[in-house]
Amino acid sequence: MRGGHDLELVHVTKRYAGGAVAVADVSHLFRAGSYVCLLGPSGCGKSSTLRMIAGHEAITEGSILLSGKDVSALPPAQRGTAMMFQSYALFPHLSVAENVAFSLKMKGVDKAARMRRAGEMLELVDMTALAARLPAQLSGGQQQRVALARALITDPQVLLLDEPLSALDPFLRIRMRAELKRLQRELGISFIHVTHGQDEALALADEIVVMNSARIEQAGSARDVFNAPQTEFVARFMGGHNVLALPQGRFAIRADAVRLAAQGAEAVVTSVEFQGAHVALTARAAGDQDILALIPEEQFFADPKSPGDAVRLAWDEGRLHRLSA
Amino acid sequence: MQRLLKSADVTGWLLAAPLVLVLAVFLILPVVMIAVVSFWQATEFSIVPAFSFENYEFLFGSAVTYDVFWNTFRYALITWALTLGVGFTVAYFLAFHVRTLTWQIALALICTVPFWTSNVIRMISWIPFLGRNGIANSTLLSMGVIDQPLEWLLFSDFSVILAFVHINTIFMVIPILNTMMRIDRSLIEAARDAGASGAQILWNVIIPLTKPGIMIGTIFVLTLVMGDFVTVRFMSGSQSANVGRLISNDVGLLQYPSASATAVVLLVTVLMVVGLLLRLVDIRKEL
Repeated sequence: MRGGHDLELVHVTKRYAGGAVAVADVSHLFRAGSYVCLLGPSGCGKSSTLRMIAGHEAITEGSILLSGKDVSALPPAQRGTAMMFQSYALFPHLSVAENVAFSLKMKGVDKAARMRRAGEMLELVDMTALAARLPAQLSGGQQQRVALARALITDPQVLLLDEPLSALDPFLRIRMRAELKRLQRELGISFIHVTHGQDEALALADEIVVMNSARIEQAGSARDVFNAPQTEFVARFMGGHNVLALPQGRFAIRADAVRLAAQGAEAVVTSVEFQGAHVALTARAAGDQDILALIPEEQFFADPKSPGDAVRLAWDEGRLHRLSA
Repeated sequence: MQRLLKSADVTGWLLAAPLVLVLAVFLILPVVMIAVVSFWQATEFSIVPAFSFENYEFLFGSAVTYDVFWNTFRYALITWALTLGVGFTVAYFLAFHVRTLTWQIALALICTVPFWTSNVIRMISWIPFLGRNGIANSTLLSMGVIDQPLEWLLFSDFSVILAFVHINTIFMVIPILNTMMRIDRSLIEAARDAGASGAQILWNVIIPLTKPGIMIGTIFVLTLVMGDFVTVRFMSGSQSANVGRLISNDVGLLQYPSASATAVVLLVTVLMVVGLLLRLVDIRKEL
């Protein structure tokens, strides 16, 4: 860990010319050397936030500090950040090695030196063998490695990743996310990763920042955010939760904490889905509330239910979690 | 018969047949005719079918031919350089500085306004502007920039090239604009992220990616200028010649065999130029 390279957003607002607000007064401290996921539905302002940190979009109000220095007015390359684009944005007319060496070429580093450095970066992402290829001759996963190497060659303190895994097939996505995590740990720099997939965020992030309609809804460690969602939005967006309207207020309860029991809330099964380890049973309880219960597969098939059956749902009061909004 | 129709080969040929027929009748046949006639002989009052190299011998034996070909190349090269400069700039502005698609389309359409009238009228309209007592000269005189009319404004190489650029720039703008519009905007951002300045982005990203469009525009402009005869005749006041005028003069004198020979040499020259250009840049990914 290098330490000291904290990234801080201070009351950052992005307002477009038409008056639309993409990011509204967001403040957050991204700790140095951590893997942070900006999570939210499309249009929530997470990409705008990332692009403002990168310097590809001007901020309307507020400032962005990196290592204590205000970088809001600096051009992208002088901020100490590097960005990896969603579609990778590799230069189609340049070879893999030339793509990686591009920023050094712009700086005027001579050819031998920049090619040597590009070679090192390609080694880091395990792409040495394909250095002479053109991007069009690479698979999606390989292109992503090249894009990573190209972003990392500038020695950034913060690497910004804009939905880096969305273009990959599910199998490759899981492999590449392990790779991203490994790289981040090895390099010890901060990764800020924008995604709309909560499983991706849970798997990768030291810290998850959930955004919704231009604001930060909740930030915290992956476990905290999943186990203790503060708002109904977070509970629903993270998935695996039920939001219950009880007389005392609104509560979240994890779907795997709901069980079928002899005593409890009356409900009628509306759907049953086999998911491998679990069976997802949805039932409609009083007040037209749909409740999802994740029941261990063996337990369910010991006493199977079908849609239309009357059941009773129970949970430990201690697992209920009060929502603030 | 049924089986014959089902075979993929036969269907393919049948589908291609109409186009092959049209091209054969309206392109290949005339070119072959011209090639054949170029070996015929002619007197002042008759054309004699023959197989003689007389026309070619005369053509290659005459110093005028070389002068005229050189002149044709010169016009083509200067026009190319100017249309490229203007066309690239206009396309760059439209593609990267005009933000909304509506404005891009509107401005691109404005570029085509000169095409709403005929070529000849567009050229002739320069004459009152550039003439000895034309608008340009009288304005300059009244402003005191010059004290006698500029003679080289009209009926000169200047006016020929001016008209060529005027007429042909659009053929540069459209293909370049087309390639530029297809450049992924995130590439520009990626370049900026890597610390490239505006000029570096232009040189290292935009120009290399625009090459196919530049090449298509180049082919348009070079072939149009090299095959032209009207512009040179009107704008030079018949004082300059290019290969097109050589051919048109021969046709005027009913010297079809000689005109054909010149046409064949011009065709081969233009094909060689285009062939060379195609070797330099692969435009197939553009088509």
